[in-house]
Amino acid sequence: MDVRVVDVRKEFDRFPALHNVSLDINSGELIALLGPSGSGKTTLLRLIAGLETPTQGAVFFGEEDASQKTVQERNVGFVFQHYALFRHMTVLDNVGFGLKVRPSSNRPEKGEIRRRALELLDFVQLGGLEKRYPTQLSGGQRQRVALARAMAIEPRVLLLDEPFGALDAQVRKELRRWLREIHDKTGYTTVFVTHDQDEALELADRVVVMSQGRIEQIGTPDEVYDRPNSPFVYGFIGESSSLPVRMENGAVWSADRNIGLSAGDMPDGEATLFFRPHDVELLESSAGGCIVGTVVASRRAGGTRRVELEIGGGSDRIEIEVPAEHPAADKSSIAFKPRHWKLFPVQG
Amino acid sequence: MAPNPVKVRRRAGQPPRHSAVTESPGARLGLMAIAFAFLALFLLLPLVSVFVEAFRKGAGEYIASLVEPDALAAIRLTLTVAAIAVPLNLVFGVAAAWAIAKFEFKGKAFLTTLIDLPFSISPVISGLVFVLLFGAQSVLGSWLRSHGVEILFAVPGIVLATIFVTFPFVARELIPLMQEQGTGDEEAALSLGANGWQTFWYVTLPNIKWGLLYGTLLCNARAMGEFGAVSVVSGHIRGLTNTMPLHVEILYNEYNFVAAFAVASLLALLALVTLVLKSLLEMRYSAELAAS
Repeated sequence: MDVRVVDVRKEFDRFPALHNVSLDINSGELIALLGPSGSGKTTLLRLIAGLETPTQGAVFFGEEDASQKTVQERNVGFVFQHYALFRHMTVLDNVGFGLKVRPSSNRPEKGEIRRRALELLDFVQLGGLEKRYPTQLSGGQRQRVALARAMAIEPRVLLLDEPFGALDAQVRKELRRWLREIHDKTGYTTVFVTHDQDEALELADRVVVMSQGRIEQIGTPDEVYDRPNSPFVYGFIGESSSLPVRMENGAVWSADRNIGLSAGDMPDGEATLFFRPHDVELLESSAGGCIVGTVVASRRAGGTRRVELEIGGGSDRIEIEVPAEHPAADKSSIAFKPRHWKLFPVQG
Repeated sequence: MAPNPVKVRRRAGQPPRHSAVTESPGARLGLMAIAFAFLALFLLLPLVSVFVEAFRKGAGEYIASLVEPDALAAIRLTLTVAAIAVPLNLVFGVAAAWAIAKFEFKGKAFLTTLIDLPFSISPVISGLVFVLLFGAQSVLGSWLRSHGVEILFAVPGIVLATIFVTFPFVARELIPLMQEQGTGDEEAALSLGANGWQTFWYVTLPNIKWGLLYGTLLCNARAMGEFGAVSVVSGHIRGLTNTMPLHVEILYNEYNFVAAFAVASLLALLALVTLVLKSLLEMRYSAELAAS
């Protein structure tokens, strides 16, 4: 099922949580809404589900305007961060709940509900636990039950709100891979919210990066990592270092030094240079176009060494990564050039 | 000055005998003795004396004072009033708690304060309010009287006063519970296609059932035992508008001690049963809360 969010605005007590957001989700896609807390990602998910109503704009499921429909009519599978399992029902009753509450005209008979619930429990690898109560399960198992319960109603879209947020790191990684498998087997159009970039980049077909109620960038994990389109995305996804620079006649200057990068056809003025700390080329000599910094701190991080440099006499500090055994780590100053980088003009 | 070495009395490897906040055995014994003596003097002794007085002239006299027509009428009236007031307050209480715990709206703080009102004002005042509202001098009272409806000095007035006084019990019990549980379960039920009624019946109600039962129990105990407000609106007509607590007072004022204490013992019994049920519920309830 295609889902289209068209120019949706949401205000809480006149405070805007979403500023006119539009998003096209293709049928069968696995999409991540990624952003820091307060970026509006959960609000957007709840708007798609119908748990919130937009102040403005519309949500389409296929050709049908879903914004006029209640959450019950939308037939979406929603998975909550804290599971929201019904604590007084067994696992089996939890999974069968969505079928049990259907109007009698299209409610399967009891035996059929039971059969389907058992089948789904097998599918989420919880066969044999159907008689347990939610409190008798681990966090990871509970979230599997929640997913089985959401899938029982054969939803048009699966929506997951920080599904792994309450789990510990090990279980998280396991479930991440498992969710991808489930998605590939079932083909449900799936949207999940996360603040964990690793989760988004590893799991999703496309990532929607959000900040302060706006969509910053939509793209495949490669696109948002390799070609971030704003300082926010560059800073939020992956490691980054930034350095204030000046552009003059196509050359880039840091303090009084031409750092040998080309500004292309960007207009003259102040800008910020972004690059990945690990994606730098260390130079033997500091002559010619390059960035030179004084080493102020260096620490070992796994197979690499992270070096903090002071640039241009003090005011700016950046971090780069060098191989652990590289001689540059012992020097008092280092010259380098970023391999990949991007310039963003300073606004205003 | 060299620091004094800390003196360690106990031998290495032995656990300390007391934690830092434990009192000496003497102090502990003293505190417990005070607590028990106080309880015995002020709570247990009166309770026992109720039963002793009731049986002073033997079981025959005791039963005779209970099956006497006016006593039976009082028991019947008390049960009737509780049977009307408690279910109504159950419904009101759930509705109010639901509104306060699950929605945001203007005037919420005001409503919360209003629910506490019956607790904070004297029951006599509560009764007087109804006298003012429905008395012969009031507009409402004379209008109702001209239509043949008697409120004051009749069963409806007693029921109204009882509802007023016992309103907070269910709501107060449920509000913190429902606030703590949040709206996640309800949202999950709705997203699975359940309608409002199904959500309430299958999800909300089971989640609050112990709290609800507990609140209802307290509400019932108070509804049957209420004296002040009911006394003002009842008119004390024997066999007609006397509830059990009022009947006890009348008998006592007539120096009919055995009968007074016999009826009182029924009320005391009710209190004991309520206490036992409450403790049982609390055990069950806390286990369930700890599990969730």
